[in-house]
Amino acid sequence: MRALRSPKVLAGSALLLVLLLLAVVGPLIAPHSADWQADRVSGLPLAPSGRFWLGTDQQQHDLFSRLLSGGRDTLLISFLAGLFACVLSVAVGVTAGFVGGLVDDLLSALANIFLALPGLLILMVIMKPLPPEETSDPLLIGSVIALTAWAWGARVLRAQTLALRAADYVEAARVIGERTWRIILFEVVPNLLPILASAFIFTVIYGIGTYTALAWLGVISPASVTWGTVLNEAQSSGAAVNGYWWWYLPPALAVALVGIALALVNFGIDEVINPRLTSARTGRARGVVFRLGLTPVLKSAAPQGTAPAPVPLKEAQP
Amino acid sequence: MRTLLRRLGFYLLAGFAAVTLNFFLARLLPGSALQNALAKLRGANLDPDAIRALEAQYGTGADHSTLSQYLTYLSGLLHGDLGLSTSQSAPVSSILGDTLPWTLGLVGTATALAFVVGTLAGIVVGWKRNGLLDGLLPAVTFFQSVPYFILAFLVMMTLGYFGGFFPYQNGYDTGRHAHLTPGWNGPFVTSVIEHGTLPALTVVLASLAGWMIGMRNMMITTMDEDYVLVAAAKGLPQWRVAAVAARNAILPTISNFALSISLVVTGSLVTEIVFTYPGVGWQIYQAVLTGDYPLLQGILLVVVFTVLAVNLVADLAYVALDPRARKEA
Repeated sequence: MRALRSPKVLAGSALLLVLLLLAVVGPLIAPHSADWQADRVSGLPLAPSGRFWLGTDQQQHDLFSRLLSGGRDTLLISFLAGLFACVLSVAVGVTAGFVGGLVDDLLSALANIFLALPGLLILMVIMKPLPPEETSDPLLIGSVIALTAWAWGARVLRAQTLALRAADYVEAARVIGERTWRIILFEVVPNLLPILASAFIFTVIYGIGTYTALAWLGVISPASVTWGTVLNEAQSSGAAVNGYWWWYLPPALAVALVGIALALVNFGIDEVINPRLTSARTGRARGVVFRLGLTPVLKSAAPQGTAPAPVPLKEAQP
Repeated sequence: MRTLLRRLGFYLLAGFAAVTLNFFLARLLPGSALQNALAKLRGANLDPDAIRALEAQYGTGADHSTLSQYLTYLSGLLHGDLGLSTSQSAPVSSILGDTLPWTLGLVGTATALAFVVGTLAGIVVGWKRNGLLDGLLPAVTFFQSVPYFILAFLVMMTLGYFGGFFPYQNGYDTGRHAHLTPGWNGPFVTSVIEHGTLPALTVVLASLAGWMIGMRNMMITTMDEDYVLVAAAKGLPQWRVAAVAARNAILPTISNFALSISLVVTGSLVTEIVFTYPGVGWQIYQAVLTGDYPLLQGILLVVVFTVLAVNLVADLAYVALDPRARKEA
């Protein structure tokens, strides 16, 4: 795993791990339940204090508890969306690239149409009339978001499949009479994994942005406490204008952190797909002067001792 | 010519698909979800005419077949009739006519700015690969990986609310002491530019990274090509060699532009909501709050057609720039 050597990837994975862990145990370690109210009389949000670390909102909910409890559904939905979208894009992209012909034309046109459609707006039209119990169902919301998110991945995967289909080893597998589904599953798909991983990460970033935006706009029922619905309550009480920064800043930063963690991991994946893109300022390439048209080779590329001793050409030949 | 016809055919198909999807979207929803929404509207103080228009539009009242509804809807569209907004009792097309210029101005300026700056920065960063500028990349990625509206909040808070550098609400000064007459006069235009700065900055920051990183990566790949080496071997000055590489590297960026434009447009609409900018985005928010379906669907259609039009322009530019695209397919 060369990717793990990059400090960006290390930082990103660590951050992501912490956030995921918080999403799992967050509701358990929160000082109060998400619906707990400090008192029912006062209608004024309280600034952060020793008692309420992140203050309270207008209904006197403890915002620190809401932040901890809100992560679970937000992350669950965005990862589900990423997962479903990936399955869809593999199905469409690989089929289009491998089968070719009319099927390819139709599937490509479909993907291009979905790319042009503004996903968020369509989701608003679909979700607005849904009853609250359905908009708080992570599985349903995740899969609906995935429906608007698969096209980008499908397009990238199709291009790569086209390149792989012409590769010699795939040709060889066909010549020895492997069945098509076996070639696709065992010869093509494993070589798509880095691209798939990158598409997955993009989709999760899209998913968390879209889900939070939907919740913030009030399309998702506020009955489920997520970062987005907290933002929605803040928006409708004019928290930004009234200066209640502790109300909306923490959930906004939490969403931003998830995005940043994923983007950092994606940096590493990009560099695995195309090693030439490695940033020259970090890692092994530090201090290398890139000259036009020449890809520098580092002497330290193989660690001392593990590299086989150079064998003179004549002796190597039997 | 054949390529062009093929592309045009695709856009016709896409436009038709969008129109059809828009028609069936509200009808395919499970159960009586739409009925509930409409019932809620009926409960509100709507005049009978509006309700009848709504029922005709969604086929809940009259017992016309779906096909005849579809045909009526299509012919309405051809005449520029997008239905009647339920929350504002005005034709959707006139609401859009009032708000679309704001959005086009904001999104157009911001996207053009982001494209030019991002592409130029990408060329420089790719060319001077181990320069200090490469360190900028993670910082730029920060802006890209944060959802638009979250970034908008952060920009509004830092530069608007706490910094006080720019106004962060409305499209122009509407305060009590402002005496502005909308139109082409100095004070109004200045006010519009001031109020547009933060929303535009948000859109530029959010979309800059995409262009910049895409261009950098393409530059690095292109710089290894033989023709760039030849250009350098001929003894051309550095910047001309860079220009040779850049001219070839920019082609994929243009097709990426087509890929990401719908995300940029949606993001900009959401940014408008944060800044209460009087564009189409703000109307979306109003429509969601009041359950105004005709308005929401009208906006959806307009956005889809705008995105398709931009895609078409990008396609034409691509064909004009790349001779290979004229031959292939």
